[in-house]
Amino acid sequence: MLTLLRDLRHLRRSIALPRAGRGRSLAVRHVDAGSCNGCEHELTLVSSPYYDLQRFGLGIVASPRHADLLLVTGPVTTRMREPLHTAYHAMPEPRLVAALGDCALGCNVLGADDELVGPVDTLLPVDLRIPGCPPTPETIATALLALVDRHREHDGA
Amino acid sequence: MTLHDARGYRDAVESALADGCRFAGLHASAGGAVVHAALLDPDGTMRLESVRTEESTAPTLVDVAPAANWDEREAHDLYGVRFDGHEPLRPLVDHDLALSHWTVPMRGDDAYQVVVGPIHAGVIESGHFRFHVVGDRILHLDARLFYKHRGLERAAEGHTLAEGARYVGRACAACSVANGLAYAHACEESLGLESPSELARARTLLLELERVWSHLNDIAAVCAGVGLAAGNNLFAALTERARRLNADLTGHRFLFGGVAVGGSSLDLDAHAVGDAREELEAIGREAARGWRELQFSASFQDRLPNIGVVSRDDVDRLGTVGPSARAAGVAIDVRSVSPLLDYAGFECRLPDRPDGDVRARLEQRALELEQSIEVALPLLDGPVRPVAAAPGAAESTIGVGLVESARGATLCVVERDADRLRRVRLRTGSYANWPSVAYAATDNLLPDFPLINKSFELCYACADR
Ligand code: SF4
Repeated sequence: MLTLLRDLRHLRRSIALPRAGRGRSLAVRHVDAGSCNGCEHELTLVSSPYYDLQRFGLGIVASPRHADLLLVTGPVTTRMREPLHTAYHAMPEPRLVAALGDCALGCNVLGADDELVGPVDTLLPVDLRIPGCPPTPETIATALLALVDRHREHDGA
Repeated sequence: MTLHDARGYRDAVESALADGCRFAGLHASAGGAVVHAALLDPDGTMRLESVRTEESTAPTLVDVAPAANWDEREAHDLYGVRFDGHEPLRPLVDHDLALSHWTVPMRGDDAYQVVVGPIHAGVIESGHFRFHVVGDRILHLDARLFYKHRGLERAAEGHTLAEGARYVGRACAACSVANGLAYAHACEESLGLESPSELARARTLLLELERVWSHLNDIAAVCAGVGLAAGNNLFAALTERARRLNADLTGHRFLFGGVAVGGSSLDLDAHAVGDAREELEAIGREAARGWRELQFSASFQDRLPNIGVVSRDDVDRLGTVGPSARAAGVAIDVRSVSPLLDYAGFECRLPDRPDGDVRARLEQRALELEQSIEVALPLLDGPVRPVAAAPGAAESTIGVGLVESARGATLCVVERDADRLRRVRLRTGSYANWPSVAYAATDNLLPDFPLINKSFELCYACADR
């Protein structure tokens, strides 16, 4: 186990993201609205040692009640429309919405018309768009950090 | 394909099963006028036994092949076929029916329900679980999936065979090569195309690269399920490296677009394959070291044995496939009967104690990860060049492809009119194994369910399509 921990310390040195302290946090709730699972797989790695977004105060939270940002993947299936709305309305205000991946943005969507109701911005006000199929963990990390910065400036912090 | 009447269909399926065939999938076609059942011979050949429905009704197979349960429910929900003898025929894809139609009634002192999803607490796909419990003990689990149903098969109809690959690939990122390959093999069988050895080599390489990242990811997931951050982080980091390797080789971290109908455009020079060999070996070494370390974490190991058991008999009954079947000691692996791919002499490995529990499924991943790298390395000896499938075999309007994905046997059946898709059905390893997850949860403790679920690590996207 000690070896494992030593290796992890070593990995953490090889990250490429800026190290500046940001002094803000962002609690993220992810909702899969019909993805192919690619966006989820990349989002998962955003917490892996190479990117380790937790150190910037970004974390995935278990409930929309604790979330600042709703991160939506997938083209929004008819069956996920309601759960998505429920999650959004369970969030405290102010709340933000991000569309993660081309499907969520309505690009190159495949599927039967009557099974899909997206893209996300026709259902919810989208504050952040992260394109890619899927976007790489680096793209996701960079976009989320930029969002935190944007709001810090906005708040005059 | 043989088209029977109701009686002949049952007889044909029963005699195939008596010959040692395994049920491999069933679907409705021609708007519900026909039902096809696929049966896999132990030698790897596939039989399609089909029946013309009468007044939208076909005889059920669930009494002789319980693994047909989901398939028949899907054929009913999407094509309106009723299955004589399948009682009760619960909804699967159809979400419009009231709760009482799809849950199993549970009565008794202190029995109550715990309801989870479709949205889960982590970065997890959407699906709904309804646990019937007494205290912490699970009596029964009703899994309701298909929240992610995008109607991909239906949307693909009418498109060319080449375009169809995009729809099938879109079903699931984690299995895009396996699904794409099952589709390509089905199309090529129908078109009478054969795979030259260089094509087999390129495709086998992609399939094993997919298995490598997938198994790394699955080991990380079990560590996360136990809360062992060090193990999770180490294997997550290796997953990242494997995906970067994919991107270096094919331009895409999930190998999207890597498999096409009729050939391969994979083009790797001596330099690229040399680098890939080195990186793959390094990933293998690191993974082996991490795996050894995990053996010494007592708190981790304590959580794994004797939970979520799917025994040998259960595998046969439920139609479990892939690592989950092998972890129970059932040596089935499509790779050992894949003449279209580069698996000469392949024999699957089984764990020393094939107990079919979470521990065995995890160990099976580690064994297969090592073996995948052993299979992939020689495929990287020398440049890989674009190659086309060669005409030569007989054509037919229907074709079948079967490929071993990281979750198990994945079947694709393609029916065509000239170069247009009339029907495509994809039955993935995840689809085959979801009923086993629900079964494995029975009699376990509710707090162990996430771990049991992770030990299968099935895709929802693959099942829902
Ligand atoms: S954007 Fe691409 S990776 Fe993400 S869900 Fe859609 S198809 Fe999958």
